[in-house]
Amino acid sequence: MLMRVLNFLSSLRLTVTLLAFGIALVFLGTVAQEPMGNYLVQERFFKCFYVDPVALNAAFRKASHLVLLNLDPLPNEAYLVRPRIPVFPGGYLIGGMLLLNLLTAHARRLKFSWKKSGILMTHAGLIVMLLGQVFTDLLARESQISFREGETRDFSEDFAKYELVFAHDIPGTGREQVISVPESLLPTGGEVRNERLPFTIRIREFHANADLPRRKPMVDTNREPAASQGAGVRLLIDAQPEVRDMEHKNMPAAVVEIAGTQGSLGTWVLSPLLRSQEFQVGSETWRTEMRPLRYYEPFSVTLLKTTHEIYRGTDIPKNFQSRVRLDNPATSEHREIDIYMNSPLRYAGLTFYQYQMGREQLAAGGRPTSTLQVVRNPSWLTPYLSVGLVFFGLLTHFLIMLTAFIARSTKSVRPVTGT
Amino acid sequence: MKRWIPWIIAVGALGLALSRLAPPADRGFAVSDFGRLIVVFNGRVQPFDSVARNSLLQIRGKQSLHEDGKEGTLDAMSWLLEVMFRPELADARRVFRIDHPDVKALFELPLQPDAAVHDDGKHYAWDQLRDAFPKFREQVAPAQKKEGSTRTPYEQAVIRLNNAVTLYLRLQNTVQPMLGKDFPAEVADYQASIPAGVAAFQAKERGVAFDTNALAQVLKHCQRFLAMQDMEPPLVVPPHHPEQEHDNWMRMGEALLESSFPVALLKDLVGEEPLPQAEVDRLVAQAGTVPMNPSISHFTKLDEAYRAGDVAGFNRAIADYRATLAMPYARELTKAGRETVFYRAEPFMSAMVIYIGAFLLVCAYWTGFWELARRTAWTLVGAAFLIHTAGLLSRMLLEGRPPVTNLYSSAIFIGWGAVGLGLLLERFWRNAIGLAVGSLVGFATLIIAHQLSLSEDTMIMMRAVLDTNFWLATHVTIVTLGYAATYVAGVLALFYVVLGVLTPVLDDGVSKSLTRMVYGIVCFATLFSFTGTVLGGIWADQSWGRFWGWDPKENGALIIVLWNALILHARMGGLVRDRGFNQLAIGGNIVTSWSWFGTNMLNVGLHSYGFMDAAFKWLLAFICFNLVIIALGFVPTVNWRSFRAKPATGKGPGPGPGVRPGKPRPVAA
Repeated sequence: MLMRVLNFLSSLRLTVTLLAFGIALVFLGTVAQEPMGNYLVQERFFKCFYVDPVALNAAFRKASHLVLLNLDPLPNEAYLVRPRIPVFPGGYLIGGMLLLNLLTAHARRLKFSWKKSGILMTHAGLIVMLLGQVFTDLLARESQISFREGETRDFSEDFAKYELVFAHDIPGTGREQVISVPESLLPTGGEVRNERLPFTIRIREFHANADLPRRKPMVDTNREPAASQGAGVRLLIDAQPEVRDMEHKNMPAAVVEIAGTQGSLGTWVLSPLLRSQEFQVGSETWRTEMRPLRYYEPFSVTLLKTTHEIYRGTDIPKNFQSRVRLDNPATSEHREIDIYMNSPLRYAGLTFYQYQMGREQLAAGGRPTSTLQVVRNPSWLTPYLSVGLVFFGLLTHFLIMLTAFIARSTKSVRPVTGT
Repeated sequence: MKRWIPWIIAVGALGLALSRLAPPADRGFAVSDFGRLIVVFNGRVQPFDSVARNSLLQIRGKQSLHEDGKEGTLDAMSWLLEVMFRPELADARRVFRIDHPDVKALFELPLQPDAAVHDDGKHYAWDQLRDAFPKFREQVAPAQKKEGSTRTPYEQAVIRLNNAVTLYLRLQNTVQPMLGKDFPAEVADYQASIPAGVAAFQAKERGVAFDTNALAQVLKHCQRFLAMQDMEPPLVVPPHHPEQEHDNWMRMGEALLESSFPVALLKDLVGEEPLPQAEVDRLVAQAGTVPMNPSISHFTKLDEAYRAGDVAGFNRAIADYRATLAMPYARELTKAGRETVFYRAEPFMSAMVIYIGAFLLVCAYWTGFWELARRTAWTLVGAAFLIHTAGLLSRMLLEGRPPVTNLYSSAIFIGWGAVGLGLLLERFWRNAIGLAVGSLVGFATLIIAHQLSLSEDTMIMMRAVLDTNFWLATHVTIVTLGYAATYVAGVLALFYVVLGVLTPVLDDGVSKSLTRMVYGIVCFATLFSFTGTVLGGIWADQSWGRFWGWDPKENGALIIVLWNALILHARMGGLVRDRGFNQLAIGGNIVTSWSWFGTNMLNVGLHSYGFMDAAFKWLLAFICFNLVIIALGFVPTVNWRSFRAKPATGKGPGPGPGVRPGKPRPVAA
């Protein structure tokens, strides 16, 4: 029985089947991108063990366009449902099985010989690549730094995650104390207490995505203001369906009640759409806001100058470039660097890429802004290693075969002789 | 003598292609001299000649203009001269191609050709479209909103015509504003009105009494020049001081306005792009201080002479203008001259014609096994390959780039790679199959390239993220060679099935050698597509920190790699034998076409750089064709014409009768 399983696991028949499933999966994951967005497709086709029926349905509907059978796409909300029903193998299952197939095949059949050296190298390269991608999925973190010319940052911000922060000045030091509540705690509701906070935070409402329209007192008579204090007094909360694609961002909103020792101080609406709001607890002034989750670093970057060139008479971008100064007090490093397309800065395990460029409203001073993408990916070198192994592996293998072929064909007679 | 025939024919073909390098003799206006002058358009310095050819190609689908019932043809440059200097003549030229009856109906155009008024039923003049154009414009926005593959043929026709008209109007505003009668007089009048007009404006800004007439006089001109600027015509006026601001070419409107009120100030005044008050004050104070750009007078002279039919004056004006450019723009002028020669020679067109001729000879060889036909095809493909290579190298030199920079050049390069591989195969096997594949793929890819060149300038500048010769040279070149190899393998396999089922050509020897060719090339394709794909990932990691983003184009390349790996493993595992192996290789045509074009038609992803609606149907047709041939391969081998003659001995290339395809068999030695 074990032998049969091992025979199956190491068989070329399994390899071919898995490759065929892989091709089908990649194709479906490609066509599903238009309706579902790249992010959701990665989650539900590639970075998972199985594909659910909703995702597969979305792919089939889009694929029907390719054969001129224009089925309507599913409504956007439909993609938020993810039934736990496997209907097709996902990327992790196929990739994992291929890895297993490869390893058992090598253990059982493919013994080392010079003739096989190319194949071994190729397969080693593939193993490195598959494992590297798993590590990337597990360990990589993407964030961004957005700043104006002249500004300094010692943190980057997450694309999608937010945090609630409460801050107050520490008297006499010119510094502030910040207490952060991760967004992930909010949906559960309940209370947040911390010994450094002289008050309790009660989560009254949470929406993963919401608009905050202005409340018109004469029209919206039957709707209460979103909160009793701060900016929320003049606002309403309109919950929106969550978005999961690259182009749109969720704007969460929370209503929190702050309770001091004397009882409730009222409710506040917090959202990344709003600026910092102040409130008094005893004699202390506290500030609170919901902002993108920050990752602090022990060094800082300052945006010195941005360069944004387009080809004359067109809107084709020619060059985006940010000149930044890097200051690391711990290592006494102070240097200036240019970051531009295809030339990122690699420093302290992070890579800084030129991402976007803009100019703030003229009214706000009209200063140029720049956004850097910051990526932490400890396994970024694996593709380099892998491509080298596979390239030389395949080259070796094919050269070995070619020499054998030429040796054979010089012995035999040519099929048609030229004159 | 017979030995020499193939060589004589090939040299003749080469000679014909080379003869197109010779410059045409100008009779009358020095049109080709004008064509070698430079202008900035689509973000690059190029000769007027290229602007003319590419524009006419995009508007009319041809590089020259022949109107029904009129004598001779008008070359692109002469047409552009009319468009720029005598728009009233150009407006009567039938340059806009309209095929869709509903679009014709919108303009109330006659549906049937009418020789009496030189109407061929396809081409129409701006004079015929102008009046109903506002009505037509209403149709454009809704069509543009829809995604490409869901547009109806009518909507596609609307967008195509709108693009053509927009381009035409842009070109018409290159030198003079619309509906001008006498450009030199208009410029002189404007120049005379500047001092009083600017003084009046400054007085008005200070809030003191001002001369309303003088202000109205200058603003009347400004309005016309600003409208001209808004059409975004080519940048035709070189900077005042080329030694300091070499690349700051200007549009004519901007250059004219510079001397009174700069464009930014006017845009602020009309409320389009408000400026901070300090900036407005600065611009107002500076108004009227910039002298008229000296190059403008060259264009007024050209205009005057062209209008008056003064050949000597026009040609002298060209020489004078060129002399002012000669020093600061020596390099650009030389390059522009070369580009003109390149476009005139149309090397890819010559190569295309020779490829198809060679393919016909291969067919002749197969029908009668005339060795002479095969040898002539061999020299002809060689000649066409030389021309193809020369064209490819010229493009690379002109652009200063590796071979593949956009979809157009990828088609040229895939064809080149395929022909090179075909010639190599022919060198080994000498059975005309390499020639057949090379000439066929060469021809098909050059046709595709030609179709792509109809939609935009093929030497357009690279966006910042793509602007890296290192990655273009490595990732793009290698992955494109992988495409080329997969196609060659696929087409060879097509020949295997078609020749086997329908003709007696596929004897044992041919069958074996064909399968070997396919195998060798699939190996080659695997190596190149894998390396190219991973290098693409590394490029992505370098530019935005994501090795693999599951972008459609990346996925397409991945599918090619997986498919090639599948073919190799299926053969190694004995899951398929010769026939099944070739059927799988035909599948390579499908996956490669999907990656090359299909993924660009999904409207998502970072790689969707060129979108072609019509190509979508062709892609489907090509995929269906390949599926049909794969299905044809399932005809039992005893019924294949090539094998019918002999009794099935079991030694044949396919599984013998009674053997289920797909049943694992030991690996063939």
